[in-house]
Order: sequence, then structure tokens, then C-alpha cells
Amino acid sequence: MVKVKEKAIEGFLIFCSLLTVLTTLGIILVLASETITFFKEVSIIEFFTGTEWTPLFANKKFGILPLVCGTLLTTLIAISVALPLGLTIAIYLNEYAHQKFTAIVKPLLEILAAVPTVVYGFFALTFVTPLLQSFIPNLSGFNALSAGLVMGVMIIPYISSLSEDALRAVPKSLREAAYGMGSTKLQTAFRVMVPAASSGIVVSVILAISRAIGETMIVAVAAGQEPKFTFNPLTSVETITTYIVQVSMGDVPQNSLEYRTIFSAGMALFIFTFLLNNISFWIKKKFQQRYE
Amino acid sequence: MYKLEARNVNLYYGEKHALKNIGIGIEPNTVTAFIGPSGCGKSTFLRCFNRMNDLIDNVKITGDILIDGRNVYKSKIDVDEHRKKIGMVFQKPNPFPKSIYENVIYGLRINGVKDKAILDERVERSLKQAALWDEVKDDLKKSALSLSGGQQQRLCIARAMAVEPSVILMDEPASALDPISTSKIEELIYELKSKYTIVIVTHNMQQAARISDKTAFFYLGELIEYTETPKMFTNPDKEQTQNYITGRFG
Repeated sequence: MVKVKEKAIEGFLIFCSLLTVLTTLGIILVLASETITFFKEVSIIEFFTGTEWTPLFANKKFGILPLVCGTLLTTLIAISVALPLGLTIAIYLNEYAHQKFTAIVKPLLEILAAVPTVVYGFFALTFVTPLLQSFIPNLSGFNALSAGLVMGVMIIPYISSLSEDALRAVPKSLREAAYGMGSTKLQTAFRVMVPAASSGIVVSVILAISRAIGETMIVAVAAGQEPKFTFNPLTSVETITTYIVQVSMGDVPQNSLEYRTIFSAGMALFIFTFLLNNISFWIKKKFQQRYE
Repeated sequence: MYKLEARNVNLYYGEKHALKNIGIGIEPNTVTAFIGPSGCGKSTFLRCFNRMNDLIDNVKITGDILIDGRNVYKSKIDVDEHRKKIGMVFQKPNPFPKSIYENVIYGLRINGVKDKAILDERVERSLKQAALWDEVKDDLKKSALSLSGGQQQRLCIARAMAVEPSVILMDEPASALDPISTSKIEELIYELKSKYTIVIVTHNMQQAARISDKTAFFYLGELIEYTETPKMFTNPDKEQTQNYITGRFG
């Protein structure tokens, strides 16, 4: 009797884990099949090299570069905010701050990642953009800059928390060695701790990037919906995710070519984040220092 | 004058009274061994000399620690500068995750030395002093973490010596090593005595007897006996010392 129960539980557990794997596979399958159908009508070369994306216009162009450009631009802005701030916070919490302070502040910082992204979007649109406009008069109402900046704030905890974990995992003996040699706190942090935790820090940055690339609401609300092949942060841009939202909410007939662009754009996005996650996994495995 | 001196040193970890009224004077160019059972305070006391206990929260120290007659806790010294004058070797080899070369010159780098000739010369001299040169001279760019445990520990000794401190503190430097590496480190300590004042914490009483000039026996936070090593191991004054070195407890 006990054995039957044990088997049943085991079966249930296998079922649960298979369910998630199958869901992922299903998503990839749908993406792939729709994308293949899409490429029967649109040339792959145009898709990857074209600099105009106008699938909803009369004169249809299917070059995804403007969307990739918008995605990279907002992500780049976000990372240039989040990396210095996040890393500074991690080093401060790990090397300078009192342990009790760290214990309180770290969870508080993580709240940043828990704020609904639509709130961030409106914050960017209705607060950050007007604020920036008082300094930069020719900033358009929807722009990559404020969306990127706010997105940067959102991903700070990814970098600060994960990097702090990586710094904390550096053996105490290394810190002692650094201080024993007469290093100041700054020297200990930058010459010993950060290099020793570098793999973990790089992984945290990649995860943050991958989060920024996949972020939808902030850019949909604040960055505009104009696919432009530009790296000018002052104008409105459209990211891959925003495009998908735009088309999904619009009245595009199912099984039309326009409808399939969602899947091809989704596939491009998926490949992006999939590659990044794999790179971070590989770095973790390859460069993790072993101290034994 | 003593090289290192402690007067009425008391140390508290929060409520715990870890060192009780310790007084000791250590002559220059000698090897002094601190022995005693685990938790007796010998490592804690060793770490008073370069203020490594500052890194732990809730530690309170009273009394005087003097190096070359200067009080390291009372006078307004720069702790980082102070630690540069005192080399420290730890229980577990702890090379930095850098090349062998960069490990040795770490102390020079943080002092802002950039001259390649000086750095090269210092690397060779320090590694030779630490009896590691012949084993690594062909591949100084190799990661320090690829060395064996014994080699890593000698590298740590080279790293400590590269900045030419006058004192080297060793906290059970051979306890994580095999017998061959241990004997290499012991020979090294013996040779280094002419240039440095060495204080070594050890669990191994044969080791203390082999390498030290004077030995201090600690028990439950007190310094029980401090005397010439041969006398300590043949004819100690205190019964507690006798019991410990004959293996009756500890």
C-alpha cells in the first residue's frame, strides 16, 4: 500500500516537471511553425537587413532592425544606469556597511523589482519625461531616454542583489589576506573582492540585460511606438516587445501576414534572451573560481 | 627594546572575556611560538598585533600593544599603513585569484610601485626567500590557484615578505599542509629568523619545539607560561603547562 502511494506521488512529481518542460516546448513549437510560415512570404534577408518595419502600412516592409535598434537602445541606457549604481551598492553593502544595515536595505532594494512595471511606465511618461524636458527642450514626449532610465532603476536590484551575493560568497580568507597586506577598503573591494566575484557579477549583469530586453510595459507606455532605425535617445522608438503588444491589442486579422509578424518578432526576442541566458550559464560554469 | 610588546591586554567578544591581562615581550629576530588548546585565545592575541580584530564587530580591546615602542591602539596610526609593516600568513593558503607574479607584488602595487625592474627583482627575491622560485620561475603568469596547497602557502609567505615587513605573524601556517610541505615551511621559518621577527601560532608542539626560541602557552584566555623553548618542553614551571605538553589534555 505504501509502495503504491509512493509510486503515485512520484508519478505526480514527474507529471509536474514534465508539464513545465512541455509548455516551454509548446511555445517554441508554435513560435517556430508560425515563423516558418512567415518566412515563406517574407525573405529572411530582408527581415534581418531591412531598415524599415512597416507591416501595418499599405507599403509593407519587414526589416526588423529598427525594432532591434529600439530594444538595444533602451537596454543600453538601462544598463548604463543599473551597472554603475548596482555595483556600487553591492560593494557598499558588502564592504562598508554594517551587517545590520545590509540586512535591512537589501530587501528594501529588492522592492524596486517588485513594483508593477506599468507603474514604472507611467512614472517615466508623466514624471521623468517632463523633468528631462526642462533640461532638454527638444526631447519628444515619448522617448527612449526616460524609458531607458526608469528601466535602469527597475533592474538595479538584479545587479546589486546578485552581485552582493557573489561578493559575499568570496571566502573570508581572501578579505583577510587583502587587509593583512595593508589594503584600504577601496583596494580590498576593487583589487580583490570584485575580481574574485567577477563571474557572479557578470552573470548578474547578463540577467539584468536579459530582463531589460524582455521588458514590455515601461517601453510600451513611455518610449512610443514608432519603429525607427536610430540610436538617438531623444526620439521615440519601438522595441520588439512594444511591437508585439501593439499588434496583439490591435485588430489585425488572425492568420494574416501582419498577424504572423508577432511570432517572427517573438522568435527574435526569444533567441536574444535565450542566448544571453546560455552565455550567463556558461560563464558561471566556466569561470567560477574554486577555492578549496 | 622589545620588538613586540603587550601590556595588560584584555579582549572582549561582546560579553565573552577572550584574553585576560596578557603581558609579553618579544625580542627582535627571534621565533616565538604560541601554543595552547583550541579556543585558548592564541590566534586572537596574534591578531592584536596587526589589528586584524578590527574586522570583527563587537570586539573591545584594552591595554597596550607596542611595536618598536609605538602603541598601535592608542597613538593615531593609520591602520592600513600599520598592517603594511607586518606580514601575515594564515592557516589556509589564501592566494588571490591572480597570477603568481601579481600575487607576490600585490603589496607593492597597492603602494603604487610601477617600475617593472623593481617589481621583477622583488618577485624573484621573494620567491627565492620563500623557496618557491625554482618550482615556478618558468611560469610566473600561471594562476596562483593552480599551485598545490604547500606551494600556495609558500607563495603567501613570499607575498608577505615582498613588502619587507619587519615582523611576520603566522597563524598555524602548516596545519593544512602535508608533512613534506610542512618541513619546507619550517626550514623557511628558521632561515627567515635572521631578517624578521616571527610569531607563529601552532597546534603542533613538536613544531614549536623545533623552530622556536621562546614559547608561550595560553589556556582559557590567559598566558600561563612564557619562557625559553627548551625549558618549556623539558622543565616547565607550571603544572598546567606540564600537563598540556605531555598530552594529558588539549
